[in-house]
Amino acid sequence: MTGPVLSVQDLRISFGTHEAVKGLSFDIHARETLALVGESGSGKSATALSILRLIEREGGTIGSGRILLDDGDATRDLRTLDGGQLTRLRGNAISMVFQEPMTSLNPVLRIGDQVAEVFIRHRNLDRRQALKAAQEALDQVRIPEPARRLDQYPHELSGGLRQRVMIAMALACRPKLLICDEPTTALDVTTQADILSLIKALQTEIGMGVLFITHDMGVVAEMADRVVVLRHGEKVEEATVQDLFDRPQAGYSKKLMAATPKLGTGSSTKTAGTDIVLQVDRLSTRFAARPGLFSRDAGGVLAVNDVSIQVARGETLGLVGESGCGKSTLARSILRLIEPESGTVLLDGKPLTGSSKAQLRQSRKEAQMIFQDPYASLNPRLPVHELITEPARIHGLVSRRDQKDLAAQLVARVGLETDAVDRFAHQFSGGQRQRLSIARALSAAPKLIIADEAVSALDVSIARQITDLMLELQERDGLAFLFISHDIAVVERVSHRIAVMYKGEIVETGPAGQLLAAPSHAYTRRLLTAVPSGIPARRHMPAPGPAAETAPLTLSA
Amino acid sequence: MLIYVLRTLAKMAITLVVIVTLVFFATRLSGNPIDFVLGDGITLEDRELLIAYYGLDASIGTQYWRYLVSVFSGEFGLSFLERRPVSQIVLERAWPSLKLLLSAIGFTLIVSVPLGILAAIYRTSIIGSVVMVIAFLGYAVPAFIIGILLVLIFGYTLNWLPVIGDGSALHFIMPTLAISGMLVAAITRFTRNAMLDVLSQDYMRTARAKGLPEWIVILKHGLRNASITLLSVIGLQIAGLAASGSVVVEAIFAWPGIGDLLVRSAILRDYPVLQFGVLSVAIVVIVINATVDIAYAYADPRIRLAKG
Repeated sequence: MTGPVLSVQDLRISFGTHEAVKGLSFDIHARETLALVGESGSGKSATALSILRLIEREGGTIGSGRILLDDGDATRDLRTLDGGQLTRLRGNAISMVFQEPMTSLNPVLRIGDQVAEVFIRHRNLDRRQALKAAQEALDQVRIPEPARRLDQYPHELSGGLRQRVMIAMALACRPKLLICDEPTTALDVTTQADILSLIKALQTEIGMGVLFITHDMGVVAEMADRVVVLRHGEKVEEATVQDLFDRPQAGYSKKLMAATPKLGTGSSTKTAGTDIVLQVDRLSTRFAARPGLFSRDAGGVLAVNDVSIQVARGETLGLVGESGCGKSTLARSILRLIEPESGTVLLDGKPLTGSSKAQLRQSRKEAQMIFQDPYASLNPRLPVHELITEPARIHGLVSRRDQKDLAAQLVARVGLETDAVDRFAHQFSGGQRQRLSIARALSAAPKLIIADEAVSALDVSIARQITDLMLELQERDGLAFLFISHDIAVVERVSHRIAVMYKGEIVETGPAGQLLAAPSHAYTRRLLTAVPSGIPARRHMPAPGPAAETAPLTLSA
Repeated sequence: MLIYVLRTLAKMAITLVVIVTLVFFATRLSGNPIDFVLGDGITLEDRELLIAYYGLDASIGTQYWRYLVSVFSGEFGLSFLERRPVSQIVLERAWPSLKLLLSAIGFTLIVSVPLGILAAIYRTSIIGSVVMVIAFLGYAVPAFIIGILLVLIFGYTLNWLPVIGDGSALHFIMPTLAISGMLVAAITRFTRNAMLDVLSQDYMRTARAKGLPEWIVILKHGLRNASITLLSVIGLQIAGLAASGSVVVEAIFAWPGIGDLLVRSAILRDYPVLQFGVLSVAIVVIVINATVDIAYAYADPRIRLAKG
């Protein structure tokens, strides 16, 4: 066996005075996939950007260490190269696929031009030849109708297709090393399965080494040959994937494995009550097509189509489905944040649909929402005691004088220190902020909480703590939850019953265990097979087929 | 795209009709035209005769209709003072103004866009600070101060540049600088801010990871995106300049432009000229706005494709 393609030795990276990576070393060989695992802030992405020497752009500095790349001709230390040498390597011998397919492509340039750029730059082709090469590159990553895609703009493609374009760009020059930084984290589980098998297939074809960065142990089990577990910038364990999953050595690795939700491990819920809190009957919501000065309503899109669900006291209904299927629109339509077209909603026996503005406001007290992004959903200018008691204030449940006492009770209930009430949202971590969101929802003493992807933006161990908190609150106060997520494993853990949504319709509803064990609808089965098993020996390697002919309907709420 | 362009043009036409109407009624509010034209020394019979001659005895609706008909057939009446068609007078003056405007816009873009990009890239170093200080000064000093200082230095003391009229290319230098001062400052600041937004975007990192040289990353990937924000700002600034900005500067340099004409006809109460002058400026502003709208859609495919 020849030497490694990439050898990182004693790498140290710092941002200002904070050292993000502390003496990290690892090797990657050709045809090998090394997974770099850790939670946010562990230094994974900093390591990746250092290898491309782009870390300086993000304000970081490489303190010491060697980054040796064998590009076939010679082994060179990337730290010693100048700007011109580096630009010749980037996108050529080393390339990278980033996490966010929605923002990683330039919105004002055609797909064809963006892919062709790589050929023009590294292969000295003229524009016409480069576009032809780009079309072949798109074909290689199994994008349907590659010729038509050349003239399209990124916003016309779904997230999965955009990520395929990124991969096409990265692999255009058949690199020695491909760095994938959480390439599927922002994608649906079905799309994730497609992209992962595509990367594997192309690795076999091209023979590059892959550095795969992820926080998802399920993806690690699916992809990696060897794993480096990173914590606070230090390597806590390096092992083959089989060894790591069978016999994790470091305590942190064990903790990480335990926190990863695995499908089929059952639900941790207690028995639910029987009295119905939320009753939704035949609810439909339509988005008008392109309202404008001169355009007529062309029918629009039925984002929620004839949906009926109910949630009982102390019960959690999990709602799963891929992005754009109408989950969030359904949640918003239930509370009439979006006006539904038809159907009825009964909340705690009172109708939300057809009620007056004043009645609606009164009823909304009974149902509170928690949103996905804990960074954007908390007002940065309010101190915590005002922030989390706002719903109670609005509904006149608390006087200005008692506000602080209520806030202190609430933060205690969600497991935060009492002195949190005088701080501001930006002084908290993502997990703590989501606790504040929950505290805010609790302040109105609701009967129902709608959690819209409430743990999707969090690290696994933090997400676990938040779902545990929800279960605890449910047990104590008999709260009903509508828990929306694209992550079926998380949904399984917290839900009594699960509803599967596809293209605006609920295709299947049933008790969690039963639905997952014996799914009756074809879409549910497809969804379940796409979930990584979390067991390296049980990798599924489906033949890489073409990407979905039509992108899932994307709706912006 | 075609539908979008047609829609923009239709909106432009509607705005135009509204302005033409406003001009008509605003003029009627200012009093009886006969009193202004002939003053006091006139017999009652002659007065009646003139009222009939000018069609002022007809109802307001009829008058408005006649006005519309003549506006759209290109007849705007005669100047009270020169007894020539006002369209002729205004058009003579429009070209020098337009030349000055174009020269100022050209100068502004050539100077301020590169400066703004530099200020964004070197935001933490002395270069960025120097650019921004200069831009701030330019913003704070009004055009007529710059104009007077220029005249003092280059015209009076050094005697390098001609001060009056538009005879040669040299004549353009000082008025262009005077008009551009504020515009350069504004556009530099907007370019910098737009570029700063863009520089931190994910696709800039992607472009660098592809191995593109920095100047391609900045100009092709960066400026293309920043130009979307810039276009609307530049459009607004230019429209503002066309509407009013050059009046003072034209007065300082005795530029035979439309600004100078408007000021003079207002002072001398040459209402037909004033009315048509205002109308022409309004049309220019509307055309600039429509052009920017269309250019905006051209620069941003998300708008172009979303709006057909």
